[in-house]
Amino acid sequence: MRLELVKRKERSHKMAMLSPIIAIGLTALAAAIIFAVSGHNPLEGLYKFFVEPLTQQWSLQATIAKATPLVLIGCGLAVCYLSNNWNIGAEGQFIVGALFGSALPILLPDFESGATLPLMLVFGALGGALWALIPAVLKNWFNTNEILTSLMLVYVASLMLDYLVRGPWRDPDGYNFPESRMFSDAATMPDVFGGTMSLSTPITIVIALILAVVLAKTLKGFEIRVMGESPRAGSFAGFSAKRLTLFSFALAGGLAGLAGTMEVSGGLNQLLPTISPGYGFTAIIVAFLGRLNPIGIIIAGFVLALSYIGGEGVQSAMGVSNKIASVIQGLLLFFVLACDTLILYRIRLVSHHAPAGETSHV
Amino acid sequence: MVQQTRSGMDVLLDARGLTKRFGDILANDKVDLVINKGEIHALLGENGAGKSTLVKMFYGSLEPDGGEILWQGQKVSIGNPAAARELGIGMVFQHFSLFEALTVVENIALALPNPGKMTELATRIESVSVDYGLPLNPTDIVADLPVGIRQRIEIVRCLLQEPQLIIMDEPTSVLTPQEADLLFLTLQRLASEGCAVLYISHRLEEVQRICHHATILRHGKVVSECNPANETPATLASMMVGADVASVSAGAQKPQVGEIRLELSNLSAKAATPFATALNSISLGLHAGEVVAIAGVAGNGQGELFDAISGEMPVSQEMVRIDGKSCGSRSITWRRRQKAAFVPEERLGHGAVPGLKLSQNIVLTRHATGDKLTGSGFVSTARANALEKHIKQEFDVRMSHDDPEARSLSGGNLQKFVVGRELDRQPGVLVVNQPTWGVDAGAAALIRQALIDLARSGSAVLVISQDLDEIFEIADRIAVISRGYLSAAEPAADMNRERVGLLMAGGAEAQGEVA
Repeated sequence: MRLELVKRKERSHKMAMLSPIIAIGLTALAAAIIFAVSGHNPLEGLYKFFVEPLTQQWSLQATIAKATPLVLIGCGLAVCYLSNNWNIGAEGQFIVGALFGSALPILLPDFESGATLPLMLVFGALGGALWALIPAVLKNWFNTNEILTSLMLVYVASLMLDYLVRGPWRDPDGYNFPESRMFSDAATMPDVFGGTMSLSTPITIVIALILAVVLAKTLKGFEIRVMGESPRAGSFAGFSAKRLTLFSFALAGGLAGLAGTMEVSGGLNQLLPTISPGYGFTAIIVAFLGRLNPIGIIIAGFVLALSYIGGEGVQSAMGVSNKIASVIQGLLLFFVLACDTLILYRIRLVSHHAPAGETSHV
Repeated sequence: MVQQTRSGMDVLLDARGLTKRFGDILANDKVDLVINKGEIHALLGENGAGKSTLVKMFYGSLEPDGGEILWQGQKVSIGNPAAARELGIGMVFQHFSLFEALTVVENIALALPNPGKMTELATRIESVSVDYGLPLNPTDIVADLPVGIRQRIEIVRCLLQEPQLIIMDEPTSVLTPQEADLLFLTLQRLASEGCAVLYISHRLEEVQRICHHATILRHGKVVSECNPANETPATLASMMVGADVASVSAGAQKPQVGEIRLELSNLSAKAATPFATALNSISLGLHAGEVVAIAGVAGNGQGELFDAISGEMPVSQEMVRIDGKSCGSRSITWRRRQKAAFVPEERLGHGAVPGLKLSQNIVLTRHATGDKLTGSGFVSTARANALEKHIKQEFDVRMSHDDPEARSLSGGNLQKFVVGRELDRQPGVLVVNQPTWGVDAGAAALIRQALIDLARSGSAVLVISQDLDEIFEIADRIAVISRGYLSAAEPAADMNRERVGLLMAGGAEAQGEVA
């Protein structure tokens, strides 16, 4: 007996919509089992993890603030993944974007004008895009595997950040702490709704909505989908795979870089060695959980941000390991991909025939 | 009567009335085949004649719907390839199944049921391979080896299991003539030791040279058996393609031939991969009003030629001209704007995106051709839907519900859609690769008639096909492609199946080399 995956004739659109919800349900179930096995009350764990952050205004705002970079990065990654470009290096693009964006307030602290923040955002996007173009160019010219190159560049970027904040960009008045000088007001994202949310949240939502329209309605969006599903048909349509690789990497890197700049100029107001709790990697899950659709990604970003806040919640309230958030995020990606597989394929049990040598009858 | 001339030998495999059906198509229709010990037995037939289906049933990868297989007089059912190997049936595939990153010995170990120690296996490989004149270095990494050596690995892998019957599917299609000569020596040696070989090939001279017996399949049936030594390539070819000439409907209304619309001059291109075919200075002029067909056995450069004409594989600018404009290095979109249209061989995944709706698949080839499908970057869904409805009606595309995904259509219906999508544009030049491959008779007739009608309205139509019935039915002129060489296109009235068969079996190549 063996299991075989058989391709379904046509996808069920209802199941395609339901699959993330089923995946979240399965993740909650698995999380409950993990809580129970590690000796905690599973219901209390689930409540603290998934529900409690939604009940208080400050935690709700913190969740939205965390969701913002996830959504922005996830949208860019969706374009990459839809077009069959496996950019795993958004974390590095996020960091390099933050570095490019911070260069202005750190190197020219006295340059304070209305143009400061917009320039920073442009630099940030540019930096992220340039960093992302490295694996794209390597893929086009040397046929390298972009999964490996984009991932490896994450570590280069994070060491670069580490070097700069401990070395040349360290705050001269900072008692040798590894951090840059604080940004001036002109270099700070304005707050909105008088809370912990900055202008980056509305900017992100607008970008996601624009991208949703581009993907669904324009020829560029059509090109992205065709190239992802069937490159041969894409080249028959007259689309260039190489140009699209450059485009999608530049877009994803640009958005990740923008997210990086908005993160440092929004909440942190300075460069630190730890500007990202793994946003670039978590955004991969966000992109898939959101069905590679910007609207879905907005929702998925919120769910994943919840897992950060909820993870902190169960850690402080119940003493569960702080690794629990990562484990639950990983489980979520696993279940999303498994559900997606079952939308495209069904499982069939196949029994082997008896070896022919002994049996001489038909 | 043929049986009697071979009656003195031991029968190894005796297939009786083997039948295999795929949907509506009878791939094998009561096939009888006898293979004797120590015999090199050729299996001949056009593409789609049912050769692969038949050997897959011997090798256990397909189950027969009817009939029986006797192995050394015993009735057997061969459930899977492992069972076939246990009986002593080995197979060498046309495309190899080797792991490039592994060494020779590792690859062979993976295929053996009990490989034993690697070092011992390596010595066995060395001795067997040298013994049969196919020397191999067990520690070589497959990625570094040329195609001929890779085939040796497959053969040695087979030999290590001491088979009594080796099935070879077009083994020489990837070999140079010198490598092929070496292979023939090995096969003759094997035969002299009593091992039987079932040899599938399109190369008729080869078959004549090394095979003791030949079985010819046509449309899933055994049409004749013979001793190749008593035949000529011409008689073998006519047995393969059948002597009955179909009624030529296109010849009745002689075309008004106009100016040249598509011109290929000395079109050459290197092979992009080891399995691709190089194109060798192909020249052809296609006039308004005519249908020109290119015949040939699969894998002789048809796909590459199509890609060069469509623009998916850029060549030198002067090699391709559409309505007098040089465009060898122009994009497919540029060529479409010159009123050229293309229908590739593979419907799903090349001509259409499986997961997209039909209306979106219309956008695929017509987004830049003035159909108002796009405006300032946006795709007009309404316009795409309207075109989809129109094509559906015009070409009788049947579907279970409105605007389904391309993958859910049957082959014939999807082909009608893919052809209809291009014909609907009234293209000036149409290039079609295998227009009716795997399509039922009704749909095939509709498509062929549409192609003739398009030509008669002043367009130039190039049909690449392996189906000689089809070619004689619709072509005004016929050329033959063989190993990337194209014979001169001659009026269909001056051609016959024998001549086409000879050109297919290498004559086109000889002609091309002289030219």
